[in-house]
Amino acid sequence: MNSQQELIPHLFRTEFRKITTVLSKLMGIEHIEVAEDIASDTFLAAAESWPYKGVPPNPTAWLYNVAKNKARNYITRNHIFANKVARQITHESQAIEIDLSDKNINDSQLQMLFAICHPTIAIEAQIGLALRILCGFGINEIANAFLSNKETINKRLFRAKEKLRTEKVAIEFPEETSIRPRLDAVLRTLYLLFNEGYYSESQDTILRNDLCLEAMRLSYLLLENESTNVPEVNALFALMCFHASRFEARKDTNGEIILYQDQDESLWNKALIEKGVYFLHKASQGSQLSKYHIEASIGYWHTIKADTPEKWENILHLYNQLLILEYSPIAALNRTFAVSKVHGKTIAIAEAEKLKLLDNPYYFTLLGELYKDIDVLKAKENFKKAYDLARTKADKQVIQKQIETLQKTP
Amino acid sequence: MLIFRHEDGGKVASPEQMQSWMKQTMDWIGGIAAQNKYVGGNGLPLESSRVVGHNNIVTNGPFGDIKETIGGYIIVKAESIDEAVEFAKGSPVLQGEGNTVEVRKIAKGDGAH
Repeated sequence: MNSQQELIPHLFRTEFRKITTVLSKLMGIEHIEVAEDIASDTFLAAAESWPYKGVPPNPTAWLYNVAKNKARNYITRNHIFANKVARQITHESQAIEIDLSDKNINDSQLQMLFAICHPTIAIEAQIGLALRILCGFGINEIANAFLSNKETINKRLFRAKEKLRTEKVAIEFPEETSIRPRLDAVLRTLYLLFNEGYYSESQDTILRNDLCLEAMRLSYLLLENESTNVPEVNALFALMCFHASRFEARKDTNGEIILYQDQDESLWNKALIEKGVYFLHKASQGSQLSKYHIEASIGYWHTIKADTPEKWENILHLYNQLLILEYSPIAALNRTFAVSKVHGKTIAIAEAEKLKLLDNPYYFTLLGELYKDIDVLKAKENFKKAYDLARTKADKQVIQKQIETLQKTP
Repeated sequence: MLIFRHEDGGKVASPEQMQSWMKQTMDWIGGIAAQNKYVGGNGLPLESSRVVGHNNIVTNGPFGDIKETIGGYIIVKAESIDEAVEFAKGSPVLQGEGNTVEVRKIAKGDGAH
């Protein structure tokens, strides 16, 4: 890190969330915005001071000190805290202990993760809050990731914080008895956060990559904690590793999607694949088979590029299991693709036509793909329907290419 | 509800047969689940089964003189009995001669019928 211009954004990304979470934990979730303000002010102070006085030898410690002082001043100034604070800490403001140790930071982040993924908060708002509070994303970045605008995101976050306040959600680790359902909600949010990065239409590659990495970092927090290091979390982490291993290979330099079968295998990240295998192995302890286990296993088979009967039979079996556990249109479509690999295209077409997902562009893409070698006219027809239904530019580009290839075949 | 009736439940299949039967059953159920029409189901293994008779007399299977047994069931969401019958036609159970799939409505009240 050679220049200050890079140093402050870098520290903002890593330290903003730590300061915000620890202070929110100290002051209570109803003051989450104060905590954010203090963290922002701290960085503002750095931006104002460092260019003139030079970067301190330990910038992080400097930030923590400033944040602690600002927090103490705020607490002393505001009598509204008197009751809450008096119960927790001594009267003298200088003695207020603000613990920014690694352990407390990790504990606070984990507890905040549970608070944000509270069942009363809408799922999009959970993801937004997680990005803001736990990942230190700016409002613009969140808006960009969601392909939305600043006002909408601000409103959404405001309402979510309001909800946290009115529901009196505590920043604490859930009790033993409620940890399972609460953990389910946390995993669902992390899964969607990862998908948001992986499938986001945002043109910003670095941002999308960051979303995935943050989802992985937060999942890893759960793995480091004894009571949340359960097979399901290991399975989710393995799934993320397998998907992330293809990050470099799945878009070309223009940001266009490269389909799985056309990807350059040498760009797949071997270290991440190995990591995925390690965590999938850890996930296989215990008797519970979650959808993350099944999806991670599907992810595993996709790390083997060569088409073998064994590969596709396993994938088909896994999609059957996944659908029996929980239906989703995308799983139904992927299963049908696996059917075509195992039982041939004619049988797959019959299966596909039963799905009747008539407003889903991927349904028609699949049919187009299946008809390619059987009936070019029908293939074109389906790709055209898919093109009309496709919601994003990237999807339209991929479909357009398919149509163009078919035009060349007589 | 689709109930699988086996003509002779006591028949022992080879591990390979069982493997292939399981795969086919999974493919069949997966196909129904892919249409979001699968509700649930279970296999009903014969081992450790008991028959409780009149006066609470308990016997092991086989069930008297009748060899026919129920091997399992699945519950599907179907618009009509005809649709459920179409699902039943795909059941690998029917590959066994004499086996049948009985299609029954479930009394309303749980949303599935």
